[in-house]
Amino acid sequence: MKGMLVICRKELADHFSSTRFILLFTMIVMVSLVMAYMVGAGLREELQGMTKPTLVFLLLFTSTGKLFSLIQFIAFFGPLIGIVLGFDAINKERSSRTLSKVISQPIYRDAVINGKFLAGVTLISVMLIAIVLLISGLGLTLIGVVPGPEEVGRLVIYLIISIFYISFWLGISILFSILFRNIATSALAAVACWIFFSFFVAIGAGIAADMIAPVDQNSVAANPELLIRHEQARTILSLFSPMSLYSEGTNTILDPMRKTTQTVLLMGPMERLSLSRFQNPLPLLQSVYLVLPHIISLIAITLLFFAASYIAFMRQEIRST
Amino acid sequence: MDRPQIIECRELTKVYGTQVAVDHLNLTIKEGEIFGFLGPNGAGKTTTLLMLIGLSEPTSGSATVCGFNPTREPLKVKRVVGYLPENVGFYDDLDAIQNMLFVSRLNDIPDEIARTKIAELLEVVELASEKNKKVGNFSRGMRQRLGIAEVLVKEPQVVFLDEPTLGLDPDGSARMLDLISSLSREKNITVFFSSHMLDQVQKISHRVGIMLKGKLVASGKIDDLAKEKFGVDKEIHTLEGIYMKYFKEGAK
Repeated sequence: MKGMLVICRKELADHFSSTRFILLFTMIVMVSLVMAYMVGAGLREELQGMTKPTLVFLLLFTSTGKLFSLIQFIAFFGPLIGIVLGFDAINKERSSRTLSKVISQPIYRDAVINGKFLAGVTLISVMLIAIVLLISGLGLTLIGVVPGPEEVGRLVIYLIISIFYISFWLGISILFSILFRNIATSALAAVACWIFFSFFVAIGAGIAADMIAPVDQNSVAANPELLIRHEQARTILSLFSPMSLYSEGTNTILDPMRKTTQTVLLMGPMERLSLSRFQNPLPLLQSVYLVLPHIISLIAITLLFFAASYIAFMRQEIRST
Repeated sequence: MDRPQIIECRELTKVYGTQVAVDHLNLTIKEGEIFGFLGPNGAGKTTTLLMLIGLSEPTSGSATVCGFNPTREPLKVKRVVGYLPENVGFYDDLDAIQNMLFVSRLNDIPDEIARTKIAELLEVVELASEKNKKVGNFSRGMRQRLGIAEVLVKEPQVVFLDEPTLGLDPDGSARMLDLISSLSREKNITVFFSSHMLDQVQKISHRVGIMLKGKLVASGKIDDLAKEKFGVDKEIHTLEGIYMKYFKEGAK
């Protein structure tokens, strides 16, 4: 325990002073500020002369503005933060020959990997909280709406999910840094993973859904349920990507008007009518229930990858040469 | 010299796949001794060292270091044992003091105590004037001396040095050897070191062991080994002569 904290402390100091981290952080803060500004300015115009709609504060994070929303931005670039923080965690110590020295000190071997992971997670949390607070502050001055307790609650849950999401990528990149001796190889492998999960899973899910439940004009007219089956297959398969797990989860948490994670619903005229008449936001708890499976899966895969790197590290021979 | 045993290996064996790296090694080392461990590259010296500090698990056999079993109680062994790996690495963007402070924190030494101790040790290894320089700018000899200082921070009873003089210039390695023999003389620290430099080993070790292909082919005082190999009447013997004789026999 003591050894882990010592390593965590050193790693944090290293991260905070590294150029790599400062560059990345500056870039992300800049982009989020610009985005929040644009979204905020747009919102102000839209809201002019309207009575206050519910939970307008959250629109700062979900509204796409001119380009994309903060959620989309984090879903897309968050993995990069995780990868940058972890891709050389172990193999750098190995190539600079400090690893054998560190573990010949009276600490358990897992203190090294736990400390590194903990430092990464701490850093990710600091970063995300800073960004959310910055945007909130900017939003307060721009649109002048104070967040209520429910909005704050939703933001906290959003933060927690985001921390797990980025830690998942941290876990993957640490795993690669254990498996590959070469720093460039592990960085490339992590980036390849990121591209695969971000783009190819989504495309692949579409193709696979077409094969499972082929849809064309005639068949849908004859059997509308086919369309639903197609959509379901696509959704389920795309959930193999942590990115879609994350975006669906956070979108539902931050947008109380979303009442389901389904994209296509089969509704009769009465249902449609009732849906349009009762456009009320979901209570926070209901939103959480809706995406609980997403959140749990995200936490599970994060832990899974950390466990994998833990085991890989504990079983590896330490020989420096 | 009737001092208590501090290191003992019993039938210590390590197998990597089909290759036997260390083959039924039996060895005892007494407290305060300087033991030179010789052998060609790949003879299993480093593997033996790693097993003795609990970084590698023996396939069979067992060892005792300072009364503890390194496989079962690695933490207790690591607390009293210092290890200087071959070509030791440092965090290049930290200075000498920060590097040593990190190691002392891992050893649970409070910072105030550690700072005074680090200052003393840097004095001993003649690095006091460079203490605030980044280690990335250090020469090889300086790094090696800093490595020794780092090992001594925890006040070990035994130090394991893997090729401590490798790649040092003559002056550097002479200083390193002085340092090593002063450890045993002044602080009664047991030194177990491996090396290729036979004349250096001869200069400072009390006893030597020669390892060939995972087997310990000889161990004892240099004089005794000379008698055994060359007969009593041979007066001038170098360790090199003994070593080459064993080496040629082993190659047969």
